[in-house]
Amino acid sequence: MATIELRNIEKRFGETYAVKPFSLTIQHGEFVALLGPSGCGKTTTLRMISGLETVSGGTIHLDGANITWQKPGYRNMAFVFQFYALYPHISVRENIAFPLKAEGMAKSDVYKRVDEVVSILRIENLLNMRPGKLSGGDKQRVALARALVRKPAAFLMDEPLGALDAEYRESMRAEIKRLHLSTNATTVYVTHDQVEAMAMADRIVVMSAAEVQQVGTPADVYHAPANLFVARFIGSPGMNLLAGPRRGEKVELPGTGNIYTIPAPQREVLQAATPEGKNVIVGFRPEAAMLNEQGALTGEVYATDMLGAYKLLHVSFDSDTVVHIRCDRMVSHPIGARVRFDLDPQQVRFFDATTEKAIGPTQSAGTAPISVQAANAQEKAA
Amino acid sequence: MTSSAQANVSSPVRAEKPQRKQMSDMTIRNLFIAPTLLLLIAMNVFPLFYSLYLSFTNYSAIARKAPVWVGIENYVNILTDPQMWQYFNTTGKYTLLTVSLQVVLGFALAMLVKEKFAGSGIVTTLILIPMMLSPVVVGLFWKYMYNPSWGYLNWLMGFTNPSVAPDWLASSWARKSVPGLALFAVVFVDVWMWTPFVMLLVLSGLKAIPDYLYEAAAIDRASSWFQFWRITVPQVAPLLMIAILFRTIEALKSFDLVMGMTGGGPGDQTEVIAVNLYRKAFLGQWQTGEASALAYIVLIIIIAISNLYVRYLNRLREG
Repeated sequence: MATIELRNIEKRFGETYAVKPFSLTIQHGEFVALLGPSGCGKTTTLRMISGLETVSGGTIHLDGANITWQKPGYRNMAFVFQFYALYPHISVRENIAFPLKAEGMAKSDVYKRVDEVVSILRIENLLNMRPGKLSGGDKQRVALARALVRKPAAFLMDEPLGALDAEYRESMRAEIKRLHLSTNATTVYVTHDQVEAMAMADRIVVMSAAEVQQVGTPADVYHAPANLFVARFIGSPGMNLLAGPRRGEKVELPGTGNIYTIPAPQREVLQAATPEGKNVIVGFRPEAAMLNEQGALTGEVYATDMLGAYKLLHVSFDSDTVVHIRCDRMVSHPIGARVRFDLDPQQVRFFDATTEKAIGPTQSAGTAPISVQAANAQEKAA
Repeated sequence: MTSSAQANVSSPVRAEKPQRKQMSDMTIRNLFIAPTLLLLIAMNVFPLFYSLYLSFTNYSAIARKAPVWVGIENYVNILTDPQMWQYFNTTGKYTLLTVSLQVVLGFALAMLVKEKFAGSGIVTTLILIPMMLSPVVVGLFWKYMYNPSWGYLNWLMGFTNPSVAPDWLASSWARKSVPGLALFAVVFVDVWMWTPFVMLLVLSGLKAIPDYLYEAAAIDRASSWFQFWRITVPQVAPLLMIAILFRTIEALKSFDLVMGMTGGGPGDQTEVIAVNLYRKAFLGQWQTGEASALAYIVLIIIIAISNLYVRYLNRLREG
């Protein structure tokens, strides 16, 4: 069992926050990804959990026990580094054996355990090599084996695939996921790659500028982003965001004649949240738009990207506003053609134009409510 | 204005000396290299081979006689002389003591100054000063510091009466002979002077060790002791080996410090091989032929030891 509980942990350097206070409970066996652009505090958070970095405030609990000030090696957590951090002067076998030898395990048991781990990761052929001779993917396999060898309660991974070539990255992704499922160890995984986070994680913690933006399942952060940052950051391209004043149950979007009618279930919430005539932001994913000759919205084709399985239309509403629409790869529109489309009312989200926060639920339909809340400093102050 | 003036000046020059233009890069390169090359041949290459020749003769630089070929007699004489073996022994002891002390102390100092503290830069620079002094000067002022009657060192140690004080460089304490004291005194100065060199190389090695190795070790629950032997030492080893190589070569042929402080004395207690070589070649004896042979023996020993080191170093690097 390993439930990791972060209670209002924060990291400050002088007056500057590296991580603003937040709380999070990571359930046993859960795979949580810390996702955000570089410098957002995700690695610092992970290092605080591991004990490589001290906290400036708050506490960390493992299965209820306070481990905030416990030394890194004694937290029963393994850490996988972005640049592998293999000991260069000893063989792969000795690298994997290192944690066991360091804690003084008997030699015969050490190598028995090493062999077990090695067979899980299928790296028997590398055992006698020095780390310097391995490819990036193999290095990370060895690093995983070293992390695995002491049967830790939790894995902490700091961009383990970040230094790998694209060709290895996908196979290693699958391997880590498989490893997680077979060991069922709680895993916290730092990445700046949203595809990686979406593909692997049970839950994603989106961070930006030292602050937790949203905690949710991949579906939550994709379909119901909590704010504009998450909406833009998740997905490639990100969510289309159009600002316009709300008049009654309609929103006047940029471009001529682009009047969007708010779907009936959301009218009430929206009318309560935004004063008449003030701006509201309408957000939708590229696949939420459906080309339709009677569609309510219209724009000019600005560019088309053929992406193999589908086509991405760049449609300009006016000189400042371009939206991305996903459509069938067979659809062909010349540049400059006028297209009309509708939005799937289930997939449209609304955001407050001033606070940039989502109006309405930040969970996608059909996901169980989560027991976790991201309480950042601002919310507490408010 | 200026450009036209330049054109006016340069064009007639070009017309007068067309051969300047034709001097190839190769010629220029050779012209630049030639002085160095000539000097090197005159001062290094020629003496090297000439002394090899002389080592097989009975030549004496002050005798007005041409060298006479004697075959390997000089070498046989040296290698069968028990006195010489004692000098080799002294040199070996000196080398072993200085190099091992310098390695231990240099490593320790490097570990200390690696940590950032207020004034760590200044402290590092101060530690390096002995290394930058001239060995003759160092030898001379340590000779004064060791002086039993008015030396600073004895005073610092609380000896105010010379009759009971140690006379370091004379290997005596309270007028009683303590064999080996002078050698240790010289070793001490050599260590004082050259420990900073080892420290400098080890320090650059320590600073190149990536932090994540220690972080990984911390996660792996390795003790500081374990980290030191399993990460720090192996990571620094290549640079440490270079330091040891340099210091060993220097110690095997160390001359100036010893000559300046004891001149090989008392008796022959500090007679290292280079001092004896100097004595053979110049001080009263002028046995140029035998001195050359001895010089070649030292050279061969140094090359052999360096070779062992370099091989070991390459093994370290490959791993």
